[in-house]
Amino acid sequence: MTEVPISWFLTLSAVLFVLGVAGFLFRRNIITVFMSIELMLNAVNLTFITFSYQLKRVNGHLFAFFVMVVAAAEAAVGLAIILTIFKNRGTLNIDDVDSMKN
Amino acid sequence: MQLWLIPILPLAGFLINGLFGRRFSKGLINAVAIGSVVLSFAWVLKTIFGLGELSAPYTEHYFTWIQSGIVNIGCDFAVDRLTVVMLLVVTGIGSLIHIYSIGYMAHEGGYYRFFAFLNLFMFFMLVLVLAANYLVLFVGWEGVGLCSYLLIGFYFDKKFATDAGNKAFIVNRIGDFGFSLAIFYMVKNLGSLDFATVFQRAPGASEAVLTTIGLLLLLGACGKSAQLPLYVWLPDAMAGPTPVSALIHAATMVTAGVYMTARSWPIYTHAPAAMDTIAIVGIATAFFAATIGLAQNDIKKVFAYSTVSQLGYMFVGVGCGAFSAGIWHLVTHAFFKALLFLGSGSVIHALAGEQDLRHMGGLRKKTPWTFLTMMCAAVAIAGIPPFSGFYSKDAILLAAHQHAPWMYWLGVVTAGMTAFYVFRAMFLAFFGDYRGHEHAHESPPVMIAPLAILALLSLVGGFLFNVPHFLAALFPALAESEDVSLMAISVAAGLAGVALAWLMYVARPGMADSLAAGLRGLYTWVYNKYYVDELYDAAVVKPVVNGSRVVLWKGVDAGLIDGSVNGVGARARNLGSVLRLMQSGSIRSYATWVLFGSVVLIVAMVAVEISLVGGAR
Amino acid sequence: MDVILFLVFAIIAVVCAINVVVQTHPISSAISLIGVMGSLAVLYLLLGAEFIAAAQVIVYAGAIMVLFVFVIMLLNAGAETRKGRSFMVQLLGVPLLIGLLGLLAYFVQRLYLPGVTVHFGGFRGGTPLDIGRALFTTYLLPFEVTSILILIAILGAIVLARKEMD
Repeated sequence: MTEVPISWFLTLSAVLFVLGVAGFLFRRNIITVFMSIELMLNAVNLTFITFSYQLKRVNGHLFAFFVMVVAAAEAAVGLAIILTIFKNRGTLNIDDVDSMKN
Repeated sequence: MQLWLIPILPLAGFLINGLFGRRFSKGLINAVAIGSVVLSFAWVLKTIFGLGELSAPYTEHYFTWIQSGIVNIGCDFAVDRLTVVMLLVVTGIGSLIHIYSIGYMAHEGGYYRFFAFLNLFMFFMLVLVLAANYLVLFVGWEGVGLCSYLLIGFYFDKKFATDAGNKAFIVNRIGDFGFSLAIFYMVKNLGSLDFATVFQRAPGASEAVLTTIGLLLLLGACGKSAQLPLYVWLPDAMAGPTPVSALIHAATMVTAGVYMTARSWPIYTHAPAAMDTIAIVGIATAFFAATIGLAQNDIKKVFAYSTVSQLGYMFVGVGCGAFSAGIWHLVTHAFFKALLFLGSGSVIHALAGEQDLRHMGGLRKKTPWTFLTMMCAAVAIAGIPPFSGFYSKDAILLAAHQHAPWMYWLGVVTAGMTAFYVFRAMFLAFFGDYRGHEHAHESPPVMIAPLAILALLSLVGGFLFNVPHFLAALFPALAESEDVSLMAISVAAGLAGVALAWLMYVARPGMADSLAAGLRGLYTWVYNKYYVDELYDAAVVKPVVNGSRVVLWKGVDAGLIDGSVNGVGARARNLGSVLRLMQSGSIRSYATWVLFGSVVLIVAMVAVEISLVGGAR
Repeated sequence: MDVILFLVFAIIAVVCAINVVVQTHPISSAISLIGVMGSLAVLYLLLGAEFIAAAQVIVYAGAIMVLFVFVIMLLNAGAETRKGRSFMVQLLGVPLLIGLLGLLAYFVQRLYLPGVTVHFGGFRGGTPLDIGRALFTTYLLPFEVTSILILIAILGAIVLARKEMD
C-alpha cells in the first residue's frame, strides 16, 4: 500500500480541529486562545485541500488561500486588540476581561 | 300623506332651539317650539281628513333599516283608527301644555333647554305612536324614556331631581329589558316584527309562545306605565317642572304601555293567561296606589299616585278584553289628569313654589279660574255622570264585572277612594282659611287658557267623543252588558267619597287629624308608601351596588384583569432577570455556548438528512 | 513511501497540536504551532498543493506566527496561572468536545470513499499557474475585496495600537 486513503486526511483534520476547540475552551491566556483559533483554521485548510484533491479541481486551493489571507488580517487586528487590553488592564487572563458582566 | 312630517316638525324644533336657542329671544323660542307642535297637530288633522274612513291601516315605508337573514325591519309608519286617537291626544294636549309652559317657565332658567327637550319628547312619542313595527316602537319607547330623564332632572343642580331622573330611567330600563326579550322571542318564533305580519301569524303560534311574549311585553308596559312592581319612579318624577308631570307623566308617556298592550291585542286574545295577568296587575296597582294617595300631603304626589291608580284602571280594561274602553279611559284621563296637574302648577305658581297641602287653603277667592277648572277635572275623575270620567270608568268596571266580579268590587272601592283623595286635595287647597304666608295671585291668561280648554274637554269629552264606537271596527267585539245597577253602585261609591271628603275637610276639619292619630300605625305605614322604596333599596339596590363594588370591581377588574395584565408584565420581567444570568461576562462560557449551539445545529442537520434520505449512505 | 511520509508528519502535527493546547507558557505553544504548520505544509505537498504549501510556510508560519512570537515577547507574558474557573466550561466543555469529535467522525465515515487515494502527483492542478488563472478570472472579486480587507486590517492595527496623542 503506497497510497494514503483520503479519509485519513479528513480524520487528521477533524482531530486537529477538535484540539483547537479544546484549546479555545480550556486555556486562560488570551494569546494561547488566539493560537488555538489559528490551529482550527489550519485544520479547515487541510480539509479544503483534501476535497480539492478528491474533486480534482483547484477551487479548494483558492479557498484555502483566502482563508490564509483572512487569518493574517485577523491575527494582525486581534493582536493589536490584545495589546490594547494589556495596556489598559495589565492582565492577559481571559477571565479578567468580564466588564460585560450583568 | 307625508306621515313623516308629523314627528319631524317637533324634531326640527328641538334642533333649532337646542343648537341656537341660547341666543334666541324668548319670543323666538316660543315661536319655534310651540309652532312646531301646533303645526304637527294641524298636519295630524289634515292626515285624518285626508285618510277618510280608515277601515284598513295606511302605511308608509321609508327605508329598510335592518336586513339580516329572516329579519327584515323597515322604517315604517302606519295609521289606523287607534293611531288616530293617540295622535290627537299627543299633539292636541301637547300643544296645550306647550302653551301653558310659556307662562309657567317664564321665570325659570334654561328656558330654551326646556322647550328643546319638550319638543324632542314630542318627536319620540310620535315615532312611538306612528310605528308600524315593534322595533320602531321601541325606538320611540326608549326615546321618551330618555326625554323623561332629561326633563325630570331639569333642575340639575338639585340632587333630589337628578336622583329622581336616574331612578326613572333605571326602573324603566328593567321594563325595557322585558320588552327586548319579547322582541327577541317574537323574531325567533314569529319571524317578524311588523305589526301586520305578527298579528297575522299570532293565531297560528302556540299558546306558550304567545303567553311568554305577552308577559314580557307586560313587563315592559309595567316599567313605562308605572304598574306594580315598577311604579316607584313615578312619584319621584314629580321633581320635574309641573308641565313635564302633566305631559309626560299623565297624558302621554305613561300611556305608551297601555297603547302598546292594546295594539298587541291579537297576541293577548290568544294568550288568556297573559291577559288575566294584565287585569290582575292593573287592579292591584289601582287599589294599592289609591290607598297611598289617601295620605299624601304634597299636591303633586297625590295626583302622581292617582295617575298610577288610573293607569291600573286602563290595564284592567285591556286585561278584561275591553280594549276600546281602556283606550277611552286613556283619552279622558289625559284630559282631566293633565288639567289637574296644570292646575296644581297654577296653584304652585300662585304660591311661589309651595306644594304642601297643609300650607294651602281658601284659594277659591284668590285664584278663581284655577279653582273652577280644577273642579271640572275633579268631578270628571270622580266618575260623576255625565262628565267624561264616568263613561270611560264605567265601561271598564262593567267589563271587569263580566270577567271576574271581585275585580269589579275592588274597582268600585278604588273609585270611592279616588273621589275621596281628589276632593280632599281640592278642599284642602281651595276651601277653609289660608294657612300659608304667601301673597297668592291668579295665573296669567296664557296659563288659564289651556286650563279652560281642558276643563271643557273633561266635562263634555265623554259623550262628545264616542271613542269605543270609533274603535269598534278595530278590536274584537265584547258583549256589553248594560246593567244599570252596576253603574249606579259605582256612581254611588264616587259620591260617597266626595261626601266623606267634604265631611272630613270642610265640615269638621279636625276629624282627619284625630283619625290619623287613632290609626297611628296604619297611617304611618300608608304615609310612608308602605316602605316599598326602602324595601327595594335593601333587597335590590344595595346588593347590586355592593356586589359590583366588591366582586366586580375589586375582584374581577382590579384583581383578575389588572392582575393578569400586570402579571404578564411581571412574568416577562422575571424571565428577563433569569435570562440575564447568561450574561456572565466570561468569554469562555460564551464560547461554550457557541459550541453547544453548533453541535446542536449539526445534529439537527444530520437528523433531517437521515430522515430525508432514509439513512442510506 | 507516501504512507510513511503521511504518518510521520501526521503524528508530528498531532503531537505539536496537543502541545499547543497543553503547554503553560505561550511561547512554547507558539513554537509548537509553527511545528504544526510545517507538518501541514508537507501534507499539502502530498496533496499536490504546491503553491499553498509554499504560502503556508512563507505567510502562515513565517509571518503570522512570527507576529505572534513578537507580541508574546513584547508583552512579556508569563506562564499561565491557575486562576478563575468558568462554570459553563467545566460543565459542558468535555461532553461537547466528545460530541463534536463523534460528529466529525460520523461525517468522515459517511464520506468514506474507498477508491480515492492520495499519492504524489495525483493532482497536478495546484501549480501557481493554475492558482493564478483561477484567482484572476473566477475569483477576481474576492481577490480585490481581500486586498481592501488587508488594508482595513492595517488601518485597524495602527489605530488600535498607537499611543494616545497628548
